[in-house]
Amino acid sequence: MIEVENLTKRYGRTTAVDGISFRVRKGEILGFLGPNGAGKTTTMRILTGYLPPTEGTARVAGYDVFEAPIEVKKRVGYIPETPPLYPDMEVDEFLDFCAKIKGIPGPSRKGKIDEAVDKTRVGDVRGRLIGRLSKGYRQRVGLAQAILNNPDVLILDEPTAGLDPKQIIETRELIKGLGGDHTIVLSTHILPEVSMTCGRVVIINKGKVVAEDTPENLTRRLRGAGALRVDVRGEATAAAEAVRSVPGVVSVRPRPESAGVATLEVEAEPGRDVRPDIARAVVSRGLDLLALHQVGMSLEEIFLHLTTTDAARAEAPPAAPRSAEVTA
Amino acid sequence: MTSLRNVAAIVEKEWRHYFGSPIAYVSLTVWALLFGIFFYFAFSFFLRESMMAAQQMEFGGGPKMSLNELLIRPVMHNMAVVALFLAPMLTMRLFAEEKRQGTIELLATAPLTDLQIVLGKFLAAAGLYGLMILAGLVDLALIWHYASTPPEWKPVLTGALALLLFGSCFLALGVFVSTLTRNQIVAGILSFCLFLGVWTLGWADDPGAGPVMKAIAYLGVTTHMEDMVKGVVDLKDVVFYLSFIAFGLFLAHQSVQSQRWRA
Repeated sequence: MIEVENLTKRYGRTTAVDGISFRVRKGEILGFLGPNGAGKTTTMRILTGYLPPTEGTARVAGYDVFEAPIEVKKRVGYIPETPPLYPDMEVDEFLDFCAKIKGIPGPSRKGKIDEAVDKTRVGDVRGRLIGRLSKGYRQRVGLAQAILNNPDVLILDEPTAGLDPKQIIETRELIKGLGGDHTIVLSTHILPEVSMTCGRVVIINKGKVVAEDTPENLTRRLRGAGALRVDVRGEATAAAEAVRSVPGVVSVRPRPESAGVATLEVEAEPGRDVRPDIARAVVSRGLDLLALHQVGMSLEEIFLHLTTTDAARAEAPPAAPRSAEVTA
Repeated sequence: MTSLRNVAAIVEKEWRHYFGSPIAYVSLTVWALLFGIFFYFAFSFFLRESMMAAQQMEFGGGPKMSLNELLIRPVMHNMAVVALFLAPMLTMRLFAEEKRQGTIELLATAPLTDLQIVLGKFLAAAGLYGLMILAGLVDLALIWHYASTPPEWKPVLTGALALLLFGSCFLALGVFVSTLTRNQIVAGILSFCLFLGVWTLGWADDPGAGPVMKAIAYLGVTTHMEDMVKGVVDLKDVVFYLSFIAFGLFLAHQSVQSQRWRA
């Protein structure tokens, strides 16, 4: 549905997007992940036909965004980070205007508006001025606008930014519900959002793609690095000492004790299973081993790992093991 | 067909804004009020003159008095000055406000061309301005009701046309200026200065002026009104106004497009 090849966008001397390529299949929900300023919004704007790329091509539903922007715009629904709304219009009035400029013919206009209103649950504010709506409702009116003409592709730039937790959950459900019918690209820097809603993730940093996979695979690929969590009843320093003595253990980081239980984060050499040795070492010192399990890196850790520079990492050691390097 | 529908959608939206806010009512009121005041003064002047003419008649006939020439024409000229002041109010927010609110992104990602957006906005402003002119013509209708020999109606129509074309030049330039900034006050002030500049070009017209000054004067928007207000529609004046409007809209269109490249 979406094919992006070697896409580059320069603003004067700064390169916002630097030769990125990815594809999105029909009906897929793709998470577009990256720190602020990574080039997410620029890429999305190019996909909507709003900005012309400096180099490379992007095709949406088979149309080149540069050659046939009008055809692309007919098939794409887009909400920028702050939904573009006219505060002095009523919700119905606004949606009617959007339907007109999206070329929805008169007879079916009412039905399409009703449908979008139902899907986004803004029915109870239809007659209100947009300027008086809460942030959550505005976001939903923005979404209603985007799905009005039932576009093949939906591009959502940080759809949950600035919402309260309940609204975030509602919006996520809404987006998940829209997947399947629509191909969705959503950008965010909130990581749980990606693992909850997206089938695939593209992580970009400084305009480049640094990783692309399913959230599960990304986590699994880094698990080989062997991060362990060890719960021991007793004093943390003693427990840490016991674990540190095991050959193959690279580092041990005690977490604050709680209720007499010490939790240690242990990093082992890659490919070496040190679990039996740790168990023996702890027990032989007369400490009670309560739990011992392998942890995959959370998406947060992967993200930090991939998007922070070496210099930044030296200052604040990441939770991620050094040896794990993901190549996209 | 679709492109017409798109332009109409933009016009309708802008009109909703004009009439959903005080803008339309204030401009219509101010225009009608000033038209009335100028009309009143011109009328008083005309009455005085005709009294004097009547006295002279006793001594063997005075000059022939024309309502068109002595009443309607000066009012039209005065209203041109009012248009100079009101036009920036109608155009300053057209693009500046969309940029400030971020709604320009909504328009730019809808299946509309930049030209349709520019045309829609211009036509909305020109439409409201046309309505203002009509509101003023109501005053003139009174003459038909009371005058024993009514004035000719054709010069009134051509005068109204002159006002419309003349003001639309400002509106087209105003649309362009509005694309340059996201601050409507800045757009308003810049537009006014620009309009004033274009207006004063006409002052270069002087019986002893050389060819360069003549050419500059020709570009002045007021120069081309004279004949039309008198009732003579010369094709070259109409073409001048239409090209001026087209040029303003061309600039606006280029500006909208280039901002997309630089954005």
